[in-house]
Amino acid sequence: MNRTPSQTVGPYYAIGICRRAENELDQDGVELTGELIDGRGEPITDGLIELWDPAGGRWGRSGTHPAGRFRFIVPRDCDVLEVFVFARGLLRHQRTRIYLREVEDEVLAGLSLEQRATLHAAAAGGGLRFDIHMQGERQTVFFAH
Amino acid sequence: MTISSDPYSGPIILPDDPNLGPEVQLDYPGYRSTQWRAPSHPLVTLPEELHRLDGPVFGESALEASDDDLTRQHAGEPLGERIIVHGRVLDESARPLRGALVEIWQANAAGRYHHEVDRHPAPLDPNFSGAGRCLTDDEGRYRFTTIKPGAYPWGNHPNAWRPAHIHFSLFGRAFEQRLVTQMYFPGDPLFPYDPIFNSVRDPRSRELLIARFDLETTQPEWALSFEWDIVLRSTPVEAS
Repeated sequence: MNRTPSQTVGPYYAIGICRRAENELDQDGVELTGELIDGRGEPITDGLIELWDPAGGRWGRSGTHPAGRFRFIVPRDCDVLEVFVFARGLLRHQRTRIYLREVEDEVLAGLSLEQRATLHAAAAGGGLRFDIHMQGERQTVFFAH
Repeated sequence: MTISSDPYSGPIILPDDPNLGPEVQLDYPGYRSTQWRAPSHPLVTLPEELHRLDGPVFGESALEASDDDLTRQHAGEPLGERIIVHGRVLDESARPLRGALVEIWQANAAGRYHHEVDRHPAPLDPNFSGAGRCLTDDEGRYRFTTIKPGAYPWGNHPNAWRPAHIHFSLFGRAFEQRLVTQMYFPGDPLFPYDPIFNSVRDPRSRELLIARFDLETTQPEWALSFEWDIVLRSTPVEAS
């Protein structure tokens, strides 16, 4: 059978899929914040970020309304999170990863230093900071899926 | 007011391209917001095992009463044409996916979303929130009762209108089965002008976004029914 194609989440997804707070993957975790940024450097205020820790079975999502920022509480005992990015203007979700600490793996080994830098969360004021750039010189590495 | 400096005055609709299959064209020029949001660098290949990830999977705790009946979430009944939307969630091998979380959201009958950003001067309906969710049963079936959404204008190009649609979000069993899409209604006159619908350039794949009118499950004296099956990709996870 042929797969059903993807379509954008559009600007109003929050009424359907952000009805309750689901941004805590682990109550005792650490705060991770960041900004979703378009190719002009402008914040994307109608995006949606989903995080998944397959080893721990922990999942969460955060919208970027109203200022383009997302916020999660992520596990402390986790090296890397799987990420989907959705937005108005994005016809299919994009896949990336957030490395929460310095590790070496097959994924990073295949990337340039500049590319690797886009996947690492930075320590910031007791928490973690991770910005997602959709385009341009600083574009976050997105993976085929 | 139309903007005279606008580079074009109508929707850019590209010709059909069956070679694209179910893939949506991410940088579809007729959908202007893609310009600064679709990734511009090539996608990077992941090791095979990262395409085999499980989950997330949701259970009954994700649901609340009336989540599958959008006409019964308030004290009164919403205005509009009452409809049933049902179908199956399958993988590419036609295996039903049970326990899949299906979430929907939509405009009301007047074409207005219950969302603060929506400024379309059409009435809000105090009896309609426009959001629902359910889990598929053992045969992969889902079913919602709702109101047929209205078409609505958007600022993409002069006199741009979205065909009536219901947004669908799905989680299968495998991480990469995640799908967010839109269901359309048969025979909509706006199809040829909608760049989002036409960003799927293979005409047969585009047809897969359109529900079928279903007289068999239409409820006499009560509600028209539409059937729409959703096919998620096959992954090694559900084959195991």
